[in-house]
Amino acid sequence: MKRKHAIVAICYLMLGVVATLSAGAQATPRIKFEKYKLPNGLEVILHEDHSTPIVAVDTWYHVGSGDEQVGRTGFAHLFEHIMFMGSQNVPVGAFDQMLEAAGADNNGSTTEDRTNYYETLPSNALALALWLDADRMGFLLPTMDLAKVNLQRDVVKNERRQRVDNQPYGRADETILAVLYPKSHPYSWPVIGSMTDLSAASLADVQNFFRTYYAPNNATLTIAGDFDPATVKKMVAQYFGSIPRGPEVKRRLTVPAVTIPRDTFLVLEDKVQLPRVFYTWHSVKGFSPDDAALDILAQVVANDKNSRLYKKLVYELQTAQNVRAFQDGSRLDGKFQIDVTPKPGQKVADIDRVVQAEIANVINNGITQRELQRAQNLYKASFLNRLASVLGKAEVLNSYNYFVGNPDYVQQDAARYDRVTAADVQRVARTYLGRPKIVLTVVPEGKKEMMLTASGGGR
Amino acid sequence: MKLQTTHVLGCAAMLLASQSIAAQGTFDRSKPPELGPPPRVALPPIITRQLPNGLKLLIVEQHELPLADFVLVVGSGSTADPTGKPGIANLTSQMLREGTTTRKSLEIADQIAFLGINLSPNSSWESSTLSLHTPTAQLDSALALFADVALHPSFPANEFDRIKKTRLTELLQLRDQGPAIANLAFPAIVYGSSHPYGLPSIGTEASVQSLTPADLQAYYQTNFKPNNSTLIIVGDVNPAQIEQKINSLFGSWQRGDVQPLNYGEPAKAAATTIYLIDKPGAAQSSFRIGSVGVPRSTKDYFALTVMNTILGGSFTSRLNQNLRENRGYTYGAGSRFDMRRQAGPFLASAEIVTAKSDSALIEFMKELNGIRQTVPPAELSRAKRYLQLQLPGNFETTQEIAAALVPVALYGLPLDYYNNYVQNIENVNQADVARVAQQYINPGSLAVVIVGDRKTIEQGLKAVNVGPISVRDITGQPIQ
Repeated sequence: MKRKHAIVAICYLMLGVVATLSAGAQATPRIKFEKYKLPNGLEVILHEDHSTPIVAVDTWYHVGSGDEQVGRTGFAHLFEHIMFMGSQNVPVGAFDQMLEAAGADNNGSTTEDRTNYYETLPSNALALALWLDADRMGFLLPTMDLAKVNLQRDVVKNERRQRVDNQPYGRADETILAVLYPKSHPYSWPVIGSMTDLSAASLADVQNFFRTYYAPNNATLTIAGDFDPATVKKMVAQYFGSIPRGPEVKRRLTVPAVTIPRDTFLVLEDKVQLPRVFYTWHSVKGFSPDDAALDILAQVVANDKNSRLYKKLVYELQTAQNVRAFQDGSRLDGKFQIDVTPKPGQKVADIDRVVQAEIANVINNGITQRELQRAQNLYKASFLNRLASVLGKAEVLNSYNYFVGNPDYVQQDAARYDRVTAADVQRVARTYLGRPKIVLTVVPEGKKEMMLTASGGGR
Repeated sequence: MKLQTTHVLGCAAMLLASQSIAAQGTFDRSKPPELGPPPRVALPPIITRQLPNGLKLLIVEQHELPLADFVLVVGSGSTADPTGKPGIANLTSQMLREGTTTRKSLEIADQIAFLGINLSPNSSWESSTLSLHTPTAQLDSALALFADVALHPSFPANEFDRIKKTRLTELLQLRDQGPAIANLAFPAIVYGSSHPYGLPSIGTEASVQSLTPADLQAYYQTNFKPNNSTLIIVGDVNPAQIEQKINSLFGSWQRGDVQPLNYGEPAKAAATTIYLIDKPGAAQSSFRIGSVGVPRSTKDYFALTVMNTILGGSFTSRLNQNLRENRGYTYGAGSRFDMRRQAGPFLASAEIVTAKSDSALIEFMKELNGIRQTVPPAELSRAKRYLQLQLPGNFETTQEIAAALVPVALYGLPLDYYNNYVQNIENVNQADVARVAQQYINPGSLAVVIVGDRKTIEQGLKAVNVGPISVRDITGQPIQ
């Protein structure tokens, strides 16, 4: 496990650390990288790390479910599946067979904002990954047919069944999104899409989507690991350089305004033993000024045994089975959510009173320095953990490159969390959790009367 | 939202396609690149030590990041649950973080968060583990907490009362999840209730209700002994210094006799039978098909690993190709041999769209029969390469290295086990694969456990005619 010049540690001062324990002494390392662009617009980011003889190839296409058209929800993700079905020089099935025979792990994923494809493989096989990825970037359509689309349509419908329809509380998310955001908002539908829309996807849709979004000028290729940069640059130029530039992609920069004039109460019946209440507030997009403070607020409110709601509801009163909270800051917009599951026989209205009181307590009285420090230290450790693998580092570079326009941002990102003050957390709690919210109660089938309402409800 | 793709074969079309399109750009894109030889992998050396009280240490240095991982592996798990009290090992592990002789539950949670560490107790069939993942800047404080939680748990009655209520609610919530029901019913049916592998390691409602802190204390006192344990240490540490620290923290841990377990016999395998568990309205049917498999000590380990990779151990395996990539019946299908001290289960599994339950059963049986025939050389070679060449990727992070050492600690694998892994896989040939498939996969005596919407799927399953249908409750017991 030799180390060459993979990571350069840079220290920075931590302000306001209470030094009763040694926490907080660890600086977040910087990732050394080189970034350049091919004439056809493909962005390339290289990061050398020779500690293990493996390399990660991680391609981000700057398209996600937020770019879908009405009536075609789920298409970006369905398309992601189709990208593994072979291309002009790669027969159906050969993509995964060749990679497995070379000892690779590979996969892809789709979010509202972007789609990624990655391979982690022994360093001798880097050329194979580049050849395969170039072929599907440049030459997907010549061998595309409806049979490929139909097959992956069935697979994706089963993915939806497994993650959503056959999953307790699985439909909560799409139910909330449809009410939280206006219909024209790119986050108002789920990434997985609806069964109806998945059924409607056509071969022409695949062709149009490819021509619109899957061009080198709408992608970033990040390679991290054990390679020789001069050799890799030649290979990248050879495999990707002749893929023609596509039309300019107009990336959406704004979203429709979100207005929730008053608390909105929803109910969803599901095959569950216990109800679950989801509170959702419209908040802010990722990396915007209040985003980090909202992340810290989520830690303080739930997620840990000492957090406000967990301690009160699960630990002390023991009226709830579980409670969670998170800030979800995506590229264009964000939401803050708390969900709580009552123990058998407990009324959601009683739980709700505690939730409201604890939120009011944070808004009115703020949080302690210790609460702040715990949340900050968890974030600090998580930054370090993301850098443990070459794929993790490739994802970090791609993510910052896309979301803030600078791959070299891990230290600035970590610093965002160090700068948050207790007063910031109180302020964002007041600002965002003081707003009207969407309240969804998922109830056992036939038990709609269990739902939480403005007047309490929840018999 | 993950996932991928693929189809299998279509050879004639392949050749045509690759010939007709030659060069795009300035080179011949139609040919995959020639790859050089795979990198030689030197797996990190493992340093072994033993404290006077019998605690073994396995130490691996990895200085890439200022992080370290510690896993205390205690060689007793759910199989050591006293008769009639399933769930004790699991709940004992969970209670380690709920109080020590000098720290209260909330204090422990406060320190974990404040230090920015992970401190996770866990239990499996054969072991109980306590894992610590820490930045080295916090090493001394983190290790002190780790040792306190491992050595001085106090099992407070009020905390256990809360943990019990939480567990009882979890057992209730399991009814919501077809896959979880299938995972519990399958071993209950295959092993029966007189073998520990047939009992639920998370406990039953009755057993959890009956347990007291004294039960957990007794389990802890009997099994958590240094001479029954190994401490794995991986990361940015100096071996001599860390040994000293461990000695000062764990040196006073008292050794004690741990009796070997008497496992009893698994239920005798019946002729292939479908065990149908009703989950009204389920969108998918949860398939678990299998039998008693092999222990980790089997001489056929490498042949079985290769055979299972071909059958259901990788994305391009036969089960996944057939059920997912050729037919679209599922999001993923696979198989595995769960090897333990005794013969753990072999099982093939998938979540299948309700309407295709009968068709999927046909395909499952086709593959379970087909793997007993000679495997084509190209398929064998691909599986072997996959296993061999992936090895270095499993030793990248401190957590991965620590995880790879757990079976070394638990099953006494030789220290050069991973160094010889590539050669041992290489030695597996077609005849070996066919022999172990025929020996260990017996389509005539499989338990076919299916949790799904009975009224929709029962007739179709019956018509497939692989065996009689026995309708079971969610614990796998016959419905009278």
